[in-house]
Amino acid sequence: MKRIVVCLKQAIDVSQLKVDSATRQLITASAPRKISDFDKNALEEAVKVKEKTGNVELCTLTMTSEDAKTTLREALAMGSDKAYMVNDAELKNVDTLGTAYVLVEAVRKIGEYDLILCGETSLDSFSGLVGARVAELLGLPFVSSVRKLSVEGETAVAERSLEDSTETVKAKMPCVISVTREINVPRIPSLMMIMKASKKEIVNWTLADVGVQKEKLASKIELVEVLAPKTERKKIKITGESVQEIAEKLAKALIQEGVVKG
Amino acid sequence: MSEYKGILVFSERPDLMLEMLGKGRELADKRQTELAAVLIGGNVEDRASELVKYGVDKVYVASSPALERFQAEAYLGVLHSVALAHKPETIMIGSTRNGRPLAARLATRLDAACVPDCTRLGVDENGRLVCERITYGGNAVAKIAFAGKPQIVTVPQRAFDKPVPKERSGQVVSIDVKVDAARTEVVGVKPLEISSVRIEEAEVVVGCGRGLEKKEDRGLLDELAAVLGGQVGSSRPLAEDRKWFTEWVGLSGHKVKPKLYIACGISGVIQHVAGIRDSKVIVAVNKDEQAPIFEIADYGVVGDLYEILPALKEAIRRQQQ
Repeated sequence: MKRIVVCLKQAIDVSQLKVDSATRQLITASAPRKISDFDKNALEEAVKVKEKTGNVELCTLTMTSEDAKTTLREALAMGSDKAYMVNDAELKNVDTLGTAYVLVEAVRKIGEYDLILCGETSLDSFSGLVGARVAELLGLPFVSSVRKLSVEGETAVAERSLEDSTETVKAKMPCVISVTREINVPRIPSLMMIMKASKKEIVNWTLADVGVQKEKLASKIELVEVLAPKTERKKIKITGESVQEIAEKLAKALIQEGVVKG
Repeated sequence: MSEYKGILVFSERPDLMLEMLGKGRELADKRQTELAAVLIGGNVEDRASELVKYGVDKVYVASSPALERFQAEAYLGVLHSVALAHKPETIMIGSTRNGRPLAARLATRLDAACVPDCTRLGVDENGRLVCERITYGGNAVAKIAFAGKPQIVTVPQRAFDKPVPKERSGQVVSIDVKVDAARTEVVGVKPLEISSVRIEEAEVVVGCGRGLEKKEDRGLLDELAAVLGGQVGSSRPLAEDRKWFTEWVGLSGHKVKPKLYIACGISGVIQHVAGIRDSKVIVAVNKDEQAPIFEIADYGVVGDLYEILPALKEAIRRQQQ
């Protein structure tokens, strides 16, 4: 094995996202950013593969319209050897197809690879389309929802987590694999690893550097609105002198609602 | 633009296919166009007439022993050839773990946009297809319109109701199957141990979260669920971190839509709420008065689930007698 490329997204930390209650608009500009959870699992898995097979260059790649150096430093501290960032203001509103075009050209520019890893979906937009699109554009086998991975010679052996079964799949490398969060627990880098990471290289490319034509990035969807959902719940607190009284009141209310047979 | 016409529906899950047909029929009627479905499998001709009853005008049947099991490249190849030959304006694909990458790859082959996990679909005043989906970890609902064609959407389970079947006429078209070679080899399949009734179909779900102290205590929830004729579900931490359950309810797990959801010892993080939002009535039981779950509940009880659940079970039993 020569090289593993992990595609990761600098995502909005949705657990710290605030909503303007008057307009129901999300306040995304000031929300903290981090490595998208699922991609972090992909990176951890890549580090594990590297630890087993040795002599592999592990690269992380991100596409962004804002600076992502801090996020990439964390990836380097976790064990990535080198990081690539395609950073261009033009990438602000690209859809999943545009994202895939950019990643594919960047992967080609990085050079030969055996394995491309990514998270099953992203923490913020939760689309789960980019990995499959990258595989399709590169004409590579794609294995999704992977919860266990091993590399045997030139073959990736993956256990996929499906709705009602788990499926073990073999794919000849190079191939693209997307992982679930069950696959591992990402390591927390030690101080030593963080210090080592500061010496590693982050390559910064623009759109022109990777050679993607602007027409390819024209979004085929239009975001009409993104608003916090309305909650129209009754919010009735049930209180009483005793647990029994509360239970009786609740049971009666549920029967009246018609959701419990009376 | 007008060369694209009609709506095409596919899911490898028969139940999800039927759920999408109701919505597909509605969209087709609004646009005065045709609703088509693709059936792929080992021996699926017999199911074609059923799809017609559920509203399909034209069923494309791809039947071949080589298609018996889901296989990404082969199924993708069939859908791609149908899409190229008939140029549907909208393609709806069931959002399963196999269906979603299938939709993404089909969209890529057709150089098209794809909007995944649409919980609402409609046509706006300009005749554009508009979808709604949950985003930002459940913090928001995005409304998205398509700017080009074809338009590909994926639809999760239980987003739409299965229509009522009726006798009507439709066309069944056998298609010449060219099975594309597999790029991956399935070497083993292990069924998951899951409850015989799927949680998405349960009318009542009793959900438990970190308020449950020991795995053995789940009996409390089982007993309440039994009285209510429902099922027990779990939040993500109990499944992924503590491994007490194999599945969970939430944005990244099962999305449920029961008549009644009882959240027991669940704080109500937004990712969990995204999985239960469409429940008809939500009850929250939590020790912490400040727990966010109370903000999205119809009925809230501040208290210990270890006391409330047995009492509620008894109260329901008494009132049912």
